[in-house]
Amino acid sequence: MLWKGWVITMADPMTLMPYEEALARFEPVLGLETHVELGTASKMFCGCQTAFGAPPNTQVCPVCLAFPGALPVANQKAIESTIRIGLALNCTIAEWCRFARKNYFYPDMPKNYQISQYDEPLCSNGYLDVEVGGRTVRIEIERVHLEEDTGKSTHVGGATGRIHGADYSIVDYNRAGIPLVEIVTKPIPGTDAMAPEVARAYGIELRELMRTLGVSDVRMDQGSMRFDVNVSLMPRGSSEWGTRTETKNVNSFRSVERSVRGEIERQAAVLAGGGRVIQETRHFHEDTGQTTSGRSKEEAQDYRYFPEPDLVPIEPDPAWVEELRAALPELPSARRRRLQSEWGVSDLDMQAMHNADAFDLVEATIAAGAPAADARKWWMGELARRANESATTLTDLPITPAQVARVTVLVASGALNDKLARSVLEGVLAGEGGPDEVVASRGLQIVNDEGELSAIIDQVLADNADAADKVRAGKIAAVGALVGGVMKASRGKADAARARQLILEKLGVTE
Amino acid sequence: MTELFRKTAAELGALLAAGEVSAVEVAQAHLDRIAAVDSKVKAFLHLSADTTLAQARAVDERRAQGEKLGPLAGVPIAHKDIFTTADMPTTAASKILEGWRPPYDATVTSRLRAAGLVILGKTNLDEFAMGSSTENSAYGTTHNPWDLGRIPGGSSGGSSAAVASYEAPLSTGTDTGGSIRQPAAVTGIVGMKPTYGGSSRYGLIAFASSLDTPGPFGRTVLDAALLHEAFSGHDPCDSTSIDAPVPPVVEAAKNPDVAGMRIGVVKEFGGEGYQPGVLARFREAVELLESLGAKVVEVSCPSFAYALPAYYLIAPSECSSNLARFDAMRYGLRVGDDGTRSAEEVMALTRAAGFGPEVKRRIMLGTYALSSGYYDAYYGQAQKVRTLIARDFDAAFHQVDVLVSPTTPTTAFPIGERADDPMAMYLADLCTIPANLAGNAAMSVPCGLADEDDMPVGLQIMAPVLGDDRCYRVGAAVERALESRWGGPLLAKAPAL
Repeated sequence: MLWKGWVITMADPMTLMPYEEALARFEPVLGLETHVELGTASKMFCGCQTAFGAPPNTQVCPVCLAFPGALPVANQKAIESTIRIGLALNCTIAEWCRFARKNYFYPDMPKNYQISQYDEPLCSNGYLDVEVGGRTVRIEIERVHLEEDTGKSTHVGGATGRIHGADYSIVDYNRAGIPLVEIVTKPIPGTDAMAPEVARAYGIELRELMRTLGVSDVRMDQGSMRFDVNVSLMPRGSSEWGTRTETKNVNSFRSVERSVRGEIERQAAVLAGGGRVIQETRHFHEDTGQTTSGRSKEEAQDYRYFPEPDLVPIEPDPAWVEELRAALPELPSARRRRLQSEWGVSDLDMQAMHNADAFDLVEATIAAGAPAADARKWWMGELARRANESATTLTDLPITPAQVARVTVLVASGALNDKLARSVLEGVLAGEGGPDEVVASRGLQIVNDEGELSAIIDQVLADNADAADKVRAGKIAAVGALVGGVMKASRGKADAARARQLILEKLGVTE
Repeated sequence: MTELFRKTAAELGALLAAGEVSAVEVAQAHLDRIAAVDSKVKAFLHLSADTTLAQARAVDERRAQGEKLGPLAGVPIAHKDIFTTADMPTTAASKILEGWRPPYDATVTSRLRAAGLVILGKTNLDEFAMGSSTENSAYGTTHNPWDLGRIPGGSSGGSSAAVASYEAPLSTGTDTGGSIRQPAAVTGIVGMKPTYGGSSRYGLIAFASSLDTPGPFGRTVLDAALLHEAFSGHDPCDSTSIDAPVPPVVEAAKNPDVAGMRIGVVKEFGGEGYQPGVLARFREAVELLESLGAKVVEVSCPSFAYALPAYYLIAPSECSSNLARFDAMRYGLRVGDDGTRSAEEVMALTRAAGFGPEVKRRIMLGTYALSSGYYDAYYGQAQKVRTLIARDFDAAFHQVDVLVSPTTPTTAFPIGERADDPMAMYLADLCTIPANLAGNAAMSVPCGLADEDDMPVGLQIMAPVLGDDRCYRVGAAVERALESRWGGPLLAKAPAL
């Protein structure tokens, strides 16, 4: 199906104020709307499958294509999942609420109205605590409601992939009608310079919560978790909130963080220049880290909400809600408290692991036999560095917790030292196989043969007579250079501690 | 033997069960009748003799193989063209769906098939069921068999005319504000609006979701009851469908005993604006019920006065949203898609060309009523009226078993008379709308001809939610007593076509 594009207003020329200056003059207020596609087997209002990536328009029926006469039937599992999310977010669960129709025309929305919820959300007034920079920030949740996703439009022919400038568009209705939960925060003031980090930490915490509940696969790359980021600024000393913008469909945590920062810099420049911030939706650009104007909300769409007459009200039995509450799994914050006490690490280390999304990896590595401290050290040290270098995340590195655990075991047994272990990890990441294969193929065995080591040391002492003399004369610190020489000569395979011991013996020095 | 097409559904069912006639013979007799008279009546939008005869043959085969079939197996039926049918076009009498072939059967359609009913074709209606005369059909007006210069009622006017002209013994309708009862009244047949949720809306092209109710037409109360029973009952595909047994409507139709029943006459319906001949026949019907042993009292339902304005906010509001799906994207008409226009322009051109004036009027009314800033004053207020009307019914049904009123203020009006006066047209549903707003069961049964024009008058019988059987009991009593007075059915007085 083809159609020419909607006309979208063009990007405005942009000036920015440096972040520190912006923060000195204005206080940011955040707000986040998160859409989570539920991982139910069937769609929200019909029996169609929900698998991602099926050929276009193969998971459709008269109901989700809005054929004349077709009627919705609410997916009870989706209602249950939404209530569980609400409970995990400390919300009040409505005893009676309704779906509502949100009316607007758009080609990827088959009915030209979305079945959503309006003034009667299923869950309301909750909170989620997130930790940022050693500080706990309570994010208040306004509402959690249930709705249906739209189809997906692809705009063909333009440079940007957006509708503007496209030659034509095609629609895939497979996604139309997939259950979608919208989680809306209350405005979040008081985060100051940490605003971008708070936004990111909230996103990560929310994703962990969804995963723990098992309600969604929360794949941001596949759109099953999407963020709309609201930002407004108020001048320091003022108590009146500014006009907010809404940056739509930000689809990575890094982008959430950058979009907040970029929007603070942009709005500050607008306000400082005597302009006013326009209430509008904006698009985030990964390449520049900045946002551009989307459609203006000032000529706001009138969605003409009214209660959905094709569906009956939702009336969750309070006893059932209590059963769901009692059956909630250990939530991420409780898990972190448990892990911290089990692993005996500092708040700061916990924070670092949280930010790096490393808990699952570290826990799995320990479960695979690694000592807790080593598991943490490798993931948060060498592997974090490599992830950073290749602009990826720990979870996306091509190495498993079991492989990392094997490396820690080899180190603990003395078969590898740290330097060799790094080389092994490098080989695994390069796709050379598991740790044992890399050790074999790269020849990374520590030198345990005393005869070989002794010969290397003799040669090093001969080559570095000055240093040897200093050691003999009691300047033991000079032994470092000699050990370094041995390591170099053995190409890192020597056991440095043993080498040091042997050097001192040969020079007749005791410590 | 009387011509087959003049027999009632119950009679045909018995003949078919006894093997005295085949479903093919019965279908052919009706197809012949349609061929003879439908050029005058114009009840049908779609006919396919081959499809009809194939269905009839299939029923005959099932019977030949000894399958136990229901009482209507092999009986022909005319089906309102607002229910989806996988083997016939479905248009809702709109240009925007011209030639559309649905990929699925409505629940009502599939239940007709399961009961062995043989679908003769799809009947005319006001576009998307919006109207009281079929004059809003995009495919021409249906004519009242009693007087071809008059309207057959609407929106289900094709269905009422088909039954009243003996083209079909039964037909389906939908009633949103009176679209079954008013056409039944003005064509001298029986029409029933079941309790809302008692019959499935799945596959019924929506006009106003909270009001639309499928229901039966027949020439007798028993026929209507048999059809009511055949397609009603819980449907998991319609969330608003009631999960309860179908009230014992057939049993009630066979036991027309009103002795001791309490019958309330709605005080607010009558007087100014009502045709004297209509009121005369209504009063006689009430006296008749009293003579049969019923206890008649007058009951006041003060909120009924606000039913019409409330209806004309709620129904257009829902329709403005329900009809948004006709956007040229996935089915139906597409206008202006020449590669130069945006999707928005194609949608606008298609809707402008595809919808008739009354549909556009209601979409605009509803869009306005739901708009930000107006919602509370219009849609919200109308919902409050709806609650008050339901309370009036509740209070009334504490005093009486059924309420009665004229079905319509006047008999069938001449074609064209109200076509340019929407307010006059809307008044045709004055008495029928309260039952839609409250979701009650309500029926229209013939109660004679008006003195002024010799056109049929209907008696409306309203019962509580899920009290559908009471309508049939009272309706059957009226029918039996009047037919013995008249010496036969009212339709026997209709001029030959």
